[in-house]
Amino acid sequence: MNIAEFFQMDGYALYVWGAYGVTLVVLALNVMLARQQQRKALRAILRAAQRDRSRA
Amino acid sequence: MWLWIHKFGSPKYFYSVSGKLLPWVAGATVLLIVMGLYLGLVTSPADYQQRETVRIMYIHVPSAWNSMFIYLLMAVAAAIGLIWNIKLADIVAAVSAPIGASFTFITLVTGSLWGKPMWGTWWEWDARLTSELILLFLYLGYIALQSAFEDRRLAARASAVLAIVGAVNVPIIYYSVQWWNTLHQPQSLGVGMSTIHLSMLWPLLIMALGFKLLYVVILLMRTRAEVLERERNNAWVQELAQALAGRDFFRSGNEYR
Amino acid sequence: MTPRHRRRLMFVALILLGVGVAAALTLNAFRGNMVFFYGPSQLATVEKAHERNLRLGGLVEQGSVKREDDGLTVHFMVTDNVKSVPVIYKGILPDLFREGQGVVAQGRLNNEGVFMADEVLAKHDENYMPPEVAEALKQAGGNTPQFSTTVMEGGLNK
Repeated sequence: MNIAEFFQMDGYALYVWGAYGVTLVVLALNVMLARQQQRKALRAILRAAQRDRSRA
Repeated sequence: MWLWIHKFGSPKYFYSVSGKLLPWVAGATVLLIVMGLYLGLVTSPADYQQRETVRIMYIHVPSAWNSMFIYLLMAVAAAIGLIWNIKLADIVAAVSAPIGASFTFITLVTGSLWGKPMWGTWWEWDARLTSELILLFLYLGYIALQSAFEDRRLAARASAVLAIVGAVNVPIIYYSVQWWNTLHQPQSLGVGMSTIHLSMLWPLLIMALGFKLLYVVILLMRTRAEVLERERNNAWVQELAQALAGRDFFRSGNEYR
Repeated sequence: MTPRHRRRLMFVALILLGVGVAAALTLNAFRGNMVFFYGPSQLATVEKAHERNLRLGGLVEQGSVKREDDGLTVHFMVTDNVKSVPVIYKGILPDLFREGQGVVAQGRLNNEGVFMADEVLAKHDENYMPPEVAEALKQAGGNTPQFSTTVMEGGLNK
């Protein structure tokens, strides 16, 4: 099997790669958003801690 | 058992244990999915009937399993939160919903992309397809209900009832292909039976395990973030903040230490 | 477990029980009516079959597919191995359409008993295997895997 054949998927490239593409995008978005939420939470806590320290 | 639930149900304990667990689970997930992709896309054969489109199975079926599994887990967590008032269970249920909705969406889209060339249609109102679409609406309804209440406790209680009621849809999806004549074919895998050739079964099972672990990874990540947000005024979070204060954690993935 | 917990547990159990019973009753009532397609034998029993749009499901009979010269119109027989119904369809067929394969056609029965389809969908079975294995099975058993009975089980048993 050569590379071109692999990407053509016997004429079903649009369907097969479309399915894998959608899956990748949705799952990657899930991981990215989860990571972003964690950063946001940590940033908020750090900011609050610094505010407390400067007040003390 | 009760001791264990209360210990693990404590947000502080959960945060430290899950933090240690996360890199290992994430590593195993990447390994399994890369292996599953290689086996599924490269080494496994084309199907005698469906030719190359059979490769859609390696993401469609694991996503479908996840969509049902996550719903049941969400309903059980919501019920535990409702009965025993355990905050962590409420969080697990709440953050599972968008992940489950994502897998349901993937199931429907990949199924559609598979149905068009093989069956000749993007969509058909048969029992399997319709009940899976209802699952997506249940997830979306649950998410909407969660955000409809200012008070978290109230939101958790109201949405828990919906999650529990909606759980009847899961066995309906599962058995739909047996109960009714559908365009969708009967199930290929069950306890002790399989009508899938081994060369295609292995990539499927490995991908299924990889997708399951991926759910665990996203679940842990979101639950940790949610715990931090909800517990920000507690002493242990403050201590954590002090310990992290000097570190440049935004650059190198240190946010998970 | 405190009495309060027990009360809530009962509450959840009651919801589940109530919804479960309601769902079971509804599904049971629908069982006969939720027919996605009729098999050729069933079609004869359908009342006023000529006046309704319905779906016919079965296997495409071996050797029955004939194409007209326009290249678009197809004649074939749909069978459940007991009865057969002739079908005429003009349009693009799905890639899985072939003799011996499961098929679901949507359309109307005309007065001559010919099913005039305006949509033809392919229904495949739950078997997945490489072509070499299918070929070997065919040679060993004589029974081609396409003729797997389960593909039409729904249409035949209910």
